[in-house]
Amino acid sequence: MSNATVVVVTSGKGGVGKTTSTAALASALAKEGYQVCAIDFDVGLRNLDLIMGAERRVVFDLVNVVRGEASIKQALVRDKKLNNLYLLPASQTRDKDALTEEGVASVISELRMYFDWIICDSPAGIERGATLAMRYADEAIIVSNPEVSSVRDCDRIIGLLDAKTKVAEDGGRMPKHLLITRYDTDRAKTGDMLATDDVVDILSVPLIGVVPESKDVLKASNVGLPVTLSDETSPASRAYTEATRRLLGENIPVTIPEEKKGFFGKIFKGRAA
Amino acid sequence: MNILSLFGKRGQSASVAKNRLQILLAHERAADGSDAVLISNLREDILAVVAKRIAIDPDSVRLEMDRSGDVTTLGIDIELPPTARAS
Ligand SMILES: Nc1ncnc2c1ncn2[C@@H]1O[C@H](COP(=O)(O)OP(=O)(O)O)[C@@H](O)[C@H]1O
Ligand SMILES: [Mg+2]
Repeated sequence: MSNATVVVVTSGKGGVGKTTSTAALASALAKEGYQVCAIDFDVGLRNLDLIMGAERRVVFDLVNVVRGEASIKQALVRDKKLNNLYLLPASQTRDKDALTEEGVASVISELRMYFDWIICDSPAGIERGATLAMRYADEAIIVSNPEVSSVRDCDRIIGLLDAKTKVAEDGGRMPKHLLITRYDTDRAKTGDMLATDDVVDILSVPLIGVVPESKDVLKASNVGLPVTLSDETSPASRAYTEATRRLLGENIPVTIPEEKKGFFGKIFKGRAA
Repeated sequence: MNILSLFGKRGQSASVAKNRLQILLAHERAADGSDAVLISNLREDILAVVAKRIAIDPDSVRLEMDRSGDVTTLGIDIELPPTARAS
């Protein structure tokens, strides 16, 4: 049997950073030398291709594969920089029933033969798309912003992970990791934002990383490079790299990377303000 | 031009983003699945030609399309079985 691990990146709420995180984590795992496949489950609203810079090379998609119109190997888009990183794009169809449970099951089980890590980028919501993305996962990364509605939606998602997944139905417990993104260090200091400990307390899911709000994320998406490939020194990139090491089983303390404020950094900061 | 070189310069990444979006949306708005049909047919043709000489696994023929602004390129990747190389 294969040793592949299927990870779902999920949150309930939209815009919290699932797609950004999927691209960043998949790339960081590929940099470690693993065979990695990122799957976009956001049928109708494909975006992972753009964030990974693969949009010009998409021909087939997940729905084509499920319908038997293309083989998985034909549909996989190989990354330009890392030849062990692949993307299985979402379809742009408006047909919400395009994905079937059996179809997804067979895609995932075939991918397990080729890859070490399969990272599933979940759509927002708690409907079919989100439940299909988590259905065959071995582990879940729950993405939350330090903000009330996001935390509440994560709680709903945790409920689904414990009820609607194959692991749960087989009587197991889905391992979960909490990834807090868009963390604003300045606001945390003034107490105007939920602290990471508060979120961990409320959700009772162990923390895998804290990704600061960073302008590098926007820049990286502009040019189509996951932030872990575009600028390794950026705080967001460092946070994702740390989270990846924890996903790989390393026991390292969670830090909240900050912009390095060296001499020049300070001058720049002073000017920008 | 190296895409990474754009990182240092202020505001340059936004123009890369605009350009990427224009290419992508032009293609998506016109999308009629013709690329998929073309690629599938080409793949079958290529497979048939190669199979005349070498016994290969159909999955080992990969076609890759790359749509940039004004040119679209087609990459063909054929993985030969180890025995084929020896002959
Ligand atoms: N750490 C971050 N710092 C700044 N912006 C971020 C960060 N993470 C995500 N974003 C931005 O937030 C928006 C939503 O992110 P995305 O990954 O698409 O979320 P989702 O997939 O959950 O809907 C995007 O514009 C993205 O660039
Ligand atoms: Mg998304």
